[in-house]
Amino acid sequence: MSQFEPKIVAFFCNWCTYGAADLAGVSRLDYPPNFRVVRLPCTGRLNPKYILEAFKLGADGVWVSGCHPGDCHYISGNYYARRKFVLLHHMLEAIGLEPGRLNFSWISSAEATKFQEVAKDVVEKVRACGPNINFRKAELELGLSEVA
Amino acid sequence: MASNKVVGAVLVAGGGVAGMQAALDLANAGYYVYMVEKSMAIGGRMSQLDKTFPTNDCSMCIISPKLVEVGRHINIELLTLTDILDIQGQEGDFQVKVRRNPRYIDMSKCIACGECTKKCPVKVDNDYNESLDKRKAVYVQYAQAVPLKFGIDAQKCLMLTKGKCGSCQKVCPAKAVDYEQKAEEITLGVGAVILAPGFTPYKPKDFETYRYADNPNVMTALEFERLLGATGPSMGHVVRSSDHKEPESIAFLQCVGSRDVNRADNGYCSSVCCMYAIKEAIIAKEHAKYDLKVTVFYMDIRSFGKDFERYYEKAKEKGINFVRSRIHTVQPKQDGGVRLHYVTDHGQSATQDFDMAVLSHGLVITGETLDMSYKFGLKTDQYHFAQTTSFAPVALSRPGIYACGVYTGPKDIPSSVMEASAAAAAASSKLASARGTLTKVVNVPAPVDISGEPPRVGVFICHCGINIAGVIDVPKVVEFAKTLPFVEYASNTMFACSQDNQEQMVRLIKEKRLNRIVVSACSPRTHEPLFMETLAAAGLNKYLFEMANIRNHDSWVHAADPAEATRKAMDMTEMAVAKAALLVPLTENVIDVAPSALVIGGGVAGLNTALTLSDQGFKSVVVEKDAHLGGIANRIHSTAKNEVVADYLEQLKAKVEADQNISVVLGAEVEKVEGFVGNFETTLTTGEAVKHGVTIIATGAKESKPTEYLYGQNPKVVTHLEFDEKIKAKDEAVAAAGTFAFIQCVGSREPERMYCSKVCCTHTVHTAVHLKKNNPEARVFVLYRDMRTYAQKEDIYKEARDLGVIFIRYELESKPKVTAAGEVLNVLVHDPVSGRDILINPDYLVLAAAIVSGREHELAMKYKVPLDGDGWFFEAHQKLRPVDFATDGMFMAGICHYPKPMDEVVAQAQAAAARAVTVLTQPRMTVGGIVAEINQAKCSSCGVCVAVCPFSAIGIDPEKGKAVVNEAMCKGCGVCASSCRSDAPSLRGFTNAGLFAQIAAAL
Repeated sequence: MSQFEPKIVAFFCNWCTYGAADLAGVSRLDYPPNFRVVRLPCTGRLNPKYILEAFKLGADGVWVSGCHPGDCHYISGNYYARRKFVLLHHMLEAIGLEPGRLNFSWISSAEATKFQEVAKDVVEKVRACGPNINFRKAELELGLSEVA
Repeated sequence: MASNKVVGAVLVAGGGVAGMQAALDLANAGYYVYMVEKSMAIGGRMSQLDKTFPTNDCSMCIISPKLVEVGRHINIELLTLTDILDIQGQEGDFQVKVRRNPRYIDMSKCIACGECTKKCPVKVDNDYNESLDKRKAVYVQYAQAVPLKFGIDAQKCLMLTKGKCGSCQKVCPAKAVDYEQKAEEITLGVGAVILAPGFTPYKPKDFETYRYADNPNVMTALEFERLLGATGPSMGHVVRSSDHKEPESIAFLQCVGSRDVNRADNGYCSSVCCMYAIKEAIIAKEHAKYDLKVTVFYMDIRSFGKDFERYYEKAKEKGINFVRSRIHTVQPKQDGGVRLHYVTDHGQSATQDFDMAVLSHGLVITGETLDMSYKFGLKTDQYHFAQTTSFAPVALSRPGIYACGVYTGPKDIPSSVMEASAAAAAASSKLASARGTLTKVVNVPAPVDISGEPPRVGVFICHCGINIAGVIDVPKVVEFAKTLPFVEYASNTMFACSQDNQEQMVRLIKEKRLNRIVVSACSPRTHEPLFMETLAAAGLNKYLFEMANIRNHDSWVHAADPAEATRKAMDMTEMAVAKAALLVPLTENVIDVAPSALVIGGGVAGLNTALTLSDQGFKSVVVEKDAHLGGIANRIHSTAKNEVVADYLEQLKAKVEADQNISVVLGAEVEKVEGFVGNFETTLTTGEAVKHGVTIIATGAKESKPTEYLYGQNPKVVTHLEFDEKIKAKDEAVAAAGTFAFIQCVGSREPERMYCSKVCCTHTVHTAVHLKKNNPEARVFVLYRDMRTYAQKEDIYKEARDLGVIFIRYELESKPKVTAAGEVLNVLVHDPVSGRDILINPDYLVLAAAIVSGREHELAMKYKVPLDGDGWFFEAHQKLRPVDFATDGMFMAGICHYPKPMDEVVAQAQAAAARAVTVLTQPRMTVGGIVAEINQAKCSSCGVCVAVCPFSAIGIDPEKGKAVVNEAMCKGCGVCASSCRSDAPSLRGFTNAGLFAQIAAAL
């Protein structure tokens, strides 16, 4: 039996983590192909609604990654992101979301190796949670999407 | 009688990275540029490199945007296959005679389809791949060449040499082949000339000892670089030439054709070989899927640039072996490998076997370049490099002719780029009155109004040679893209970024009336601006563009799983199309630019920047925190070229004082900063408010205070600068002293300060020579770890040895021990060669104390620019933008960037001015685009957006009582948009709708 391959939506800021992913490419550091990246100018742009939307549409996990504290291209955007994220994480945990589904990291544009490590780690954590059934929009469970 | 005519054009000879930068800076500052290149395409040596140190950036990826920018610049006229015959006239008004050699292909007709190459029967050594493989007699220099036009090798073509064949003409669908083309001579009128002819790598074929000529597994480093390259003969796979087997071990032999007066006549150090050898060693190990053993045999490791020392340390951590020895014999082995014979550091003979050897060959000036120098009346040094001075590092001996790059001495890419900008500034310094007289105006078509049209998305999917197509099934992604909503057109392309493809994209946008474009290729971080310009050229608002990064984020990292990689590429393309369909045209606003600069720091760097800006007619305010100008240069006796610094400084200060365009504020610092590029307003601690369009940071650095070797406890122990002050003051005690010792790397190259201070080795040997010349009986000892007298400075090291200066090497683990016994100073050092401890009793112990940054955190925060971990100001790009900050309108010069000697400081100062001029010459500039906007109907005036905006760009409109964005100050982070509870702000280009569509498409 082949193992469960999770679908993950990743939100990266343009200046740090997106750059790290670019550099991981240049350095040919391979990692699992399970996530799809939404590029944001800054993690500060991340509205918590995007995370909820991803889960609602069937994502098994979400990964948000930005600049290290103090390195934000926009001075403080990543601090706002962190506050929103922590609050949302607590809320989702309270209503039953496995903590491993929602991941946050700081990766600078020079940290290609760290990017590779975190990418593998996030995929494994989400894999361990199994398929997202509880947070998926109900219609999908009813099989209506196949009818439509 | 000299004419007073001033011509607003400059000729730049040489299309390498230096020539390209000089051309771009001039063209962007209002001068018309003739770029003369002798080969078929620009790009130079850098186009041959696989990676660049110390960031391992892909070389082609970072110059490709520059190639295209030069190729499409309206004020740069590219003359390929062109030689310079003669330069007549004088500064301001030269007549340059050039010969345009025939390409035998009509450039206006060639569509670069490659049919001619397929049919050509002649195979020739491929010089782009250093003759490791073959090309045809009709060919294109390299895949991303600019201009991307084929040409015929006249020496090899059967038709041109023997009058038979003609197959290329028969198959050419564009009827571009023309065997009748003739050379033509034309004369160009220009105000100045910049020469950037570059170098040729040293050819070790005469070195019988290295067996280069008869053993294919002994290669030069440039050949090895091509072997590592994805577009090289084995597509990046490291294999031996003789049997195509993967080598288990590789030896790098340093200083081949450099630091060698016995066999090569090249006494100088080539400056870059240590670093490129480390780079090639690291990359080779990364390419090998097994434990490749790499050993570097060296004399001194010269990792003296910014972040170089850490790169060297990293290489050691990765298991690369470094052996200090010069190989004297290379013996061929039966299995195709080599046996190296050498003498170890401790004087013992040793042998070691390797499967391959790479010769780190130096950079040399070609005979052709030397002839040119001679013909145009330009002085050269004994190694044929063009002569310059420390205080005018890009000016050649004939007024009006300037140089940049390796022509004046061996140097790396960032130094060449700095000099290129400096040459642009120097070359135009006498031409300011003719600025803008010969330039053409860019004619961007007014964007087509697409309002009301349904989205018609065009999708272009790039092969990137084999970078993408080698893993991803590109045709499958194209077919998939055609099925996506609103997609009107989808196709694949070999190199989406190449010039011909850009032109085709313009044609397709017009032809198919495409109104949104998606390119699935590489990273938007490097290539988005290029494609956005293409949209603009096609009459489409440039923000109607989206990229999918199917190379860096896909093919390069999922090579082991092509099926998943293809599926991911399809998803990524779908996400991009989903977002693109919802994009709307964005407008940009025009703001006025204050035509003046604020220069922070009144040292040699700051003053040169201000003077160079003044040459171009721009005013500047120089703010200096000390009570006097000159900075650290006030304490330095003389330069490595024996120029007296005090005399120079006096002239420099006098020039600044007499200059109407420069005002100096002494004893002041920056108090408060407001505004942005074009419109800064800086308040000084004196209360004075300065309005300026650009800011140049030139705050310098400091000599550290050593905490070892009895410094501060014994008056005989002094630092370099303290000793220089004694020499300057003609100190009698120094003149009478008989024994001197120098200790190098005091506080540099240690775990807590892992960088080389770059200038100390040269300053030590320079001072040692001075002491020996004044008193040949003096005993001078230099205790060092690696001598780093790079480039022609190696001559001073040699001179010091010839004069009898004793050099003793020490290891970091066994530093010299310094003790005092009454009046006597004891310096005990272990000499690894003799294996003995040596006791020196110097009258003066001079410490090469590390240069440390000012760690200007406050200043950096005020201007929103970054510092690196060592506190040096951090440039926008370490290779190609060494004087720019990532923040618009901000530049740096001098040792606040990194320690460097006088000539490099002056070059960087002139470069900073050149870069600043490209901003200041625009009376108005555009801002906006991706910025926030407020839907005032939704705004409840709660003020959350005002509070969270990191740039104070949002305020409450006092009349309407609603939030409003200052577009010139908004940087487009989107914090406001994600913080408002009513969704009133939105970030253009990254709207909720667009991002939701992307998320949906991802799943």
